[in-house]
Amino acid sequence: MFHWLEKNPFFFAVGVFLVIAFAGLVEILPNFAEASRPVVGLKPYTVLQLAGKNVYMKDQCIACHSQLIRPFKAETDRYGQYSLSGEYAYDRPFLWGSKRTGPDLHRVGNYRTTEWHENHMWDPTSVVPGSIMPAYKHMFSNAADIATAYAEAVTVKNVFHTPYGDDIKAGKKAWEAYRPKVLAEAKKIAANMKNKDVKDAVNAGKVPEIVALIAYLNSLGSSRYEANKVK
Amino acid sequence: MQSNAALEYDYSVAKLFTYTAILFGLVGMLLGTLIAAQMAFPELNYLFGQYGTFSRLRPLHTNVVIYGFTVSGVFATFYYSAQRVLKVSMAESKFIMFVGKLQFGLYLIAATGMVVTLLLGITTTKEYAQMEWPLDILIVLIWVLWGVAMFALIGIRREKALYISMWYYIACFLGVAMLYLFNNMEVPTYFASGGIGSMWHSVSMYSGTNDALVQWWWGHNAVAFVFTVPIVAMIYYFLPKESGQAVYSYKLSLLSFWGLMFVYLWAGSHHLLWSTVPDWMQTMGSVFSVVLILPSWGSAINMLLTMKGEWNQLTENPLIKFMVLASTFYMLSTLEGPIQAIKSVNAIAHFTDWIPGHVHDGVLGWVAFMIMAALFHMAPRMFKREIYSRKLIEAQFWIQTTAVVLYFTSMWIAGITQGMMWRAVDEYGNLMYSFIDTVTVLHPYYAIRALAGVLYVTGFVMFAYNMIKTMTSSKVLTEEPQFKSPMA
Repeated sequence: MFHWLEKNPFFFAVGVFLVIAFAGLVEILPNFAEASRPVVGLKPYTVLQLAGKNVYMKDQCIACHSQLIRPFKAETDRYGQYSLSGEYAYDRPFLWGSKRTGPDLHRVGNYRTTEWHENHMWDPTSVVPGSIMPAYKHMFSNAADIATAYAEAVTVKNVFHTPYGDDIKAGKKAWEAYRPKVLAEAKKIAANMKNKDVKDAVNAGKVPEIVALIAYLNSLGSSRYEANKVK
Repeated sequence: MQSNAALEYDYSVAKLFTYTAILFGLVGMLLGTLIAAQMAFPELNYLFGQYGTFSRLRPLHTNVVIYGFTVSGVFATFYYSAQRVLKVSMAESKFIMFVGKLQFGLYLIAATGMVVTLLLGITTTKEYAQMEWPLDILIVLIWVLWGVAMFALIGIRREKALYISMWYYIACFLGVAMLYLFNNMEVPTYFASGGIGSMWHSVSMYSGTNDALVQWWWGHNAVAFVFTVPIVAMIYYFLPKESGQAVYSYKLSLLSFWGLMFVYLWAGSHHLLWSTVPDWMQTMGSVFSVVLILPSWGSAINMLLTMKGEWNQLTENPLIKFMVLASTFYMLSTLEGPIQAIKSVNAIAHFTDWIPGHVHDGVLGWVAFMIMAALFHMAPRMFKREIYSRKLIEAQFWIQTTAVVLYFTSMWIAGITQGMMWRAVDEYGNLMYSFIDTVTVLHPYYAIRALAGVLYVTGFVMFAYNMIKTMTSSKVLTEEPQFKSPMA
């Protein structure tokens, strides 16, 4: 059979394809519906948080930070409850990472504050002596792309039925109408910050990357569903 | 066409990809050395403003060495060896020649786009699939063109039976095509939202745990079908050619090939052990990872036994040295991988520096050694000149071998130290170390790894210099060498 296959490239290719596709069919497909179900009460990210997630992606925080707490005592002691599949239901893409040069961040919102992040992102060694993380000062001046974040919310709502409100809909007009809500949320974050340039920018209607990033980091943890649990 | 006339092979496309392999190899390895140094000396993060931080450069490094260096090497060796094992010349078909050159042109555009977008932070963050959707489409096109060239060459072949190397190139083509398409399913937000925001941004079709599953089904098999399958194709062609020995066993080739094809894909979930993917999938990943030793070692042993009775060539020919050591590192790496895929070991190894350590004994010791040896073998035949300097190759070999050993030993120690410190508890059951303790303790190992990077790049510069000299000013050959590559 093999000699025959080696003289018939078409059937050879078909054979190879079937053999390699087999594992995917058995291993990847079966659990799709099950695994993507959200935990009870989980809210999707706000537009500002999505913008922050995109900053997290743009500067590749994922290169050094995981978002996956494994079910070991050493990990739950350090980071909090182990991660649940349903907590990731609205994560597109998943941001588990594959390397922990710095600590896990899946529940960082439970134990760090806006002030801490502000100091840390400006100069990591000021709060963590010995840290090898670079400073991200450019995040204090670069503007976050909140329009793209809004577009992302619209996309996941329309295509994947992520439960956003009726005020998130396609079209530039809808975005203009929504924009003040993003700014209001940014103001709340900026109120707890001390950097004057950041405060001025937010008051002038702009959202620096750092504000969006902190909104996202604060959302990581149980705050996105604990309060909404059915009592 | 006279069937008994000697074929004049046409290497124009193979040469083009040889140039890019050298260029991207140099860039990618320099970047790797820089980011390795940044982990030991964080001040180096500020050389290029926001574009020079570790986090921005790390994906650039991986993408340039994978899609720049390795894939160029794959295409170069394919366009060189496919003609020879199929007994056809690219020059016989204007169509195939056109497809090959078009593929190269688009490849250059995509590679440039990749470098620019990743520097700007335009990324999907899914490892080795970071490029955003417009580049994804371009890559699919390039891949299809490669398939067209491959099957067109096969279509007009004179040698009816496909040689082992061709099996692997076909598998590389099919496997990457399938995995890349599924993992990069994404929706561009600009078009789905009525024209708001950036054109480049997209969201994944899959969310959370599912996204992770598809990603590592891809991520692991990118390693399979880019770092293993086409490299095995190379060694099956170039080692017998350079040594003048027949492949040791046809049956072992068969077993290894079909075994590798069937087993590899299952192992993807070993990247997700102790995560939220279902437990049975994790166990499947572990089990198949261990089974994977069989076909991997099958190929490696087949290659080593090909040298049976001819081990003297190891001292006489530095290219044989490169290939034999590559085979050996392949064995090391494919034993280490399954060990890390065992759940109890993975609990310590995952997220630590042992993982980059494992990756690099594979890519530096196996992939890059094999590609460099293949390009050295091709150079006298493509450029009709002898290799510029044997001494330089010998020196390069020892410098780079030292580099690989330094790299993986330092990262083994670093990884296991880190893994043990994360879980260490005192007599009352409290965690013994704060996270930063587990970072600062690694400084010496990071410094050693950076040194390994410097050594490896030094070796690569010697390789590039030797290749360029061979192309331009080495002694002209009147006759094509049959086996051992001539060198001064």
